[in-house]
Amino acid sequence: MSTLNSSGPQTADAPTPDDAFHEATGLDARESQPPHGSGDGDGPVLAADGRPLKQSLKRALRAQKLRALMLIAPLLIFVLVTFIAPIADMLFRSVENQIVSDTLPRTTQALAGWDEDSGAMPPDNILAAFTYDMVAAAERKEHTRLGTRLNYEMTGISSLFRKTGRRVDDFGETYLDQFEALDPAWEEAKTWVRLMGDPDWLAANADWAAEADAAGRDFDKPAPPFELKPGIAAALPETADAYAEFARITQVEDEDNPAEEEPWAPVYLALFRDLAKQPAPDFAALAAPDRALLAPAAQAVPDFETVALADLYIKADEDWADPEVWKTIKAFSPDYTSGYFLASVDLQKTVDGVSAQPEDRQIYMLLFKRTLFMSMVIMGSCVLLGYPIAYLLSNLPMRTSNLLLILVLLPFWTSLLVRTSAWKVLLQQQGVINDILVWAHIVADDARLVMINNQFGTIVAMTHILLPFMILPLYSVMKTIPPSYVRAAKSLGATNWTAFWRVYFPQSVPGIGAGCILVFILAIGYYITPELVGGTTGTFISNRIAYHISSSLNWGLAAALGTILLAVVLILYWLYDRLVGIDNVSLG
Amino acid sequence: MTASTDDAFVVFDRVQKSYDGETLVVKDLNLSIGKGEFLTMLGPSGSGKTTCLMMLAGFETATHGDILLDGQPINNIPPHKRGIGMVFQNYALFPHMTVAENLAFPLEVRNIGKSEREAKVRRALDMVQMGDFGGRRPAQLSGGQQQRIALARALVFEPELVLMDEPLGALDKQLREHMQFEITRLAHNLGITTVYVTHDQTEALTMSDRVAVFDDGRIQQLAPPDELYEQPKNSFVAQFIGENNTLMGTVKEINDGVALVELDDGELIDAKPVNVAEPGERTLVSIRPERVEISKDRLSPDAHLIHAEVLEFIYMGDIYRTRLRVAGNEDFVIKTRNAPDQPRLKPGEKLEIGWLPEDCRALDA
Repeated sequence: MSTLNSSGPQTADAPTPDDAFHEATGLDARESQPPHGSGDGDGPVLAADGRPLKQSLKRALRAQKLRALMLIAPLLIFVLVTFIAPIADMLFRSVENQIVSDTLPRTTQALAGWDEDSGAMPPDNILAAFTYDMVAAAERKEHTRLGTRLNYEMTGISSLFRKTGRRVDDFGETYLDQFEALDPAWEEAKTWVRLMGDPDWLAANADWAAEADAAGRDFDKPAPPFELKPGIAAALPETADAYAEFARITQVEDEDNPAEEEPWAPVYLALFRDLAKQPAPDFAALAAPDRALLAPAAQAVPDFETVALADLYIKADEDWADPEVWKTIKAFSPDYTSGYFLASVDLQKTVDGVSAQPEDRQIYMLLFKRTLFMSMVIMGSCVLLGYPIAYLLSNLPMRTSNLLLILVLLPFWTSLLVRTSAWKVLLQQQGVINDILVWAHIVADDARLVMINNQFGTIVAMTHILLPFMILPLYSVMKTIPPSYVRAAKSLGATNWTAFWRVYFPQSVPGIGAGCILVFILAIGYYITPELVGGTTGTFISNRIAYHISSSLNWGLAAALGTILLAVVLILYWLYDRLVGIDNVSLG
Repeated sequence: MTASTDDAFVVFDRVQKSYDGETLVVKDLNLSIGKGEFLTMLGPSGSGKTTCLMMLAGFETATHGDILLDGQPINNIPPHKRGIGMVFQNYALFPHMTVAENLAFPLEVRNIGKSEREAKVRRALDMVQMGDFGGRRPAQLSGGQQQRIALARALVFEPELVLMDEPLGALDKQLREHMQFEITRLAHNLGITTVYVTHDQTEALTMSDRVAVFDDGRIQQLAPPDELYEQPKNSFVAQFIGENNTLMGTVKEINDGVALVELDDGELIDAKPVNVAEPGERTLVSIRPERVEISKDRLSPDAHLIHAEVLEFIYMGDIYRTRLRVAGNEDFVIKTRNAPDQPRLKPGEKLEIGWLPEDCRALDA
């Protein structure tokens, strides 16, 4: 309190980057300075205007904070938009699984009640729902995407979906033929649209069609979206649902008029299923013409020749008979899945729970372990190679050390690709090093060393590439250690080694820490060098991530692998903080 | 206190040092330091004093000549075997160790047992009145406290010789004066030989048994403080130590140990010839401001007086400082005690001043 009174306004004492601003807050602070001698009482210190001093101070500092925020705002926004948001989106993909429920909404709902342990194909009602979903997906050409997605979980589903997608619009043809035989009106698009369509929509649609005819080709006014007739969904639920889907797809995807198109065969399947239902559907709520159309059909349906949907599917592809296919669809029905993460750690998700991947598909744990191990080795060799260099640099006169520092930085000025390729030239079996060894008769010509396309090659090349990241923080920390410490230690009786180990080394630990964190984090996510010189035994998890991003297009798995990598780095960082203390990290 | 080469504890014998092989930083240094002596190396920066200290500590090697410690040449002994305590300019306390660990370090490397070590550390901390600070880190201490710890650390292993390289340079004036006293007291109580390097002449004068004034790689004068101040041997020492008035002139005659000097404007003064020998030689006459007399009572009747005009009068509390124009020199300063019988001179006032011939030294020009 007394210091406040004697040393003037606190805010003005605080360092500000800008003198003009200093003056501005100085004005503010002068108002909030407590009158002399008034602050020695108890309770919160009050400013001159009677408000708590803390509050006044906060207000005075707010402008300063706001200004700082505005200064960083462009970068912040840039980073948010181009970096944080894409990463968040990518991470979200590791659990996102809406494609199944979006593409097969009826099926996923129906499968929820299915007993997956029955050992057989799902019953007709589920297959019917699947048929409606599939025909819609096939019309939208989304069934192949879904097939690709499910293929990650069970090989073969992709081709199953592709094959079936071509055939599914024939499912129900049997019923189509029989309904037409009963009443040729069923063949007419008009019959359907009058039965299903809302009268208001019908009128609007007719107007739109007339307008379109009159306008000719350049007409681009959107058609009024199809609406179901009230009551029809209650009377014929499946038919109404299937027809509505048909009408919408006809309008949106094909840009045709549903009033002029004959419905898909599966709509007839739905109609048959609705009419064959027990108890018989109640048409009382429908208008007289509709009743007149439906009553004869309802009467004739029990005598219809039927066909089991299961047979149709098996005929399309006998793999459908395998309940595993249906189990996979069911297992991946939810909107969010842990499947990608399980796959990332060599597990798989089944309807019965989590189980290990088959042995020949277990690869990711090995890659994670290898990535961690090799990053540690690279980090270790960087410390071993970098420490003496940095020590030398920091003890040389400025001119010499600057020159040598340029040599250290030289790799930075060369393209990463060139450096890596240079290592290929040096290390390959017909390369420079092997040639010299053979020439010097150190190794036999037929026993040339394998130094590239394996772990050794990756470690050598990456140590070289990451070495500057170790040397620079080490150098800048060592530069700040005054030589008088070692001199003092020696004058106190320490040998050269003791002086180094007990006095110099502990003070260089922050540099080692910073270098290790830098090198390790860079190494763990390194991609290009392991890709080029790693062969099969020296590749990292990042290479697998890149493969899934660019080749297999399994972004969900790539995202899950990336998330795990990020989590591992954060955990190691946390461990490091606990063991060494992040305060002990210094970049100079 | 002057030590002969025989009973000297530290001897520099014709030592030379060059860093680049072209110029000598230390030129032909001969110096003997007696046991228990407090010797200060004083000089402007670049005069070679720190190099001498570093050679003694073993961090620099002499290009030529021998350095002897207790009769043994130590040129080839590494620093850690010399057993010399050292206090550095920036204290060089190890920041990653506590105060107690810092103090225990020299004992640890000497393989002294834990209990004895602890006892010695405690004694050393008590010696510098820092007994409660053993658990602190150096960064938690003030400059003065760090200074004490550095001192304790240099003394804890009981060396016979302690070197101090401008140890008080970073302290404020009051603390510095206090530490000057304390370092001298400790050094004398423990009876250790101390070599102290500084560029602060007050420090040198108040602390030392003898002071070696360095300039240009040579010792210009090696003498006890009073002798150094009152009888500077050459114009460099006279000007470097304390405040000094200088007048240029020519020696007219020398008889009976008193030189008659004709100043450049023709006035005649008496001076003590120090390093002038022949009449006709150019000389720089040096008089301390406080030895100039403005009343004739204390001068001999036949003393030569010289005309002066007051240019400025400064009241400094305990003394008056008056700037005069004397023989064309406008920076002639006199200091008079603030006493009732002393006049306060006014600018423009004209007067005659004089001095005892032995206070006015005719030095090399």
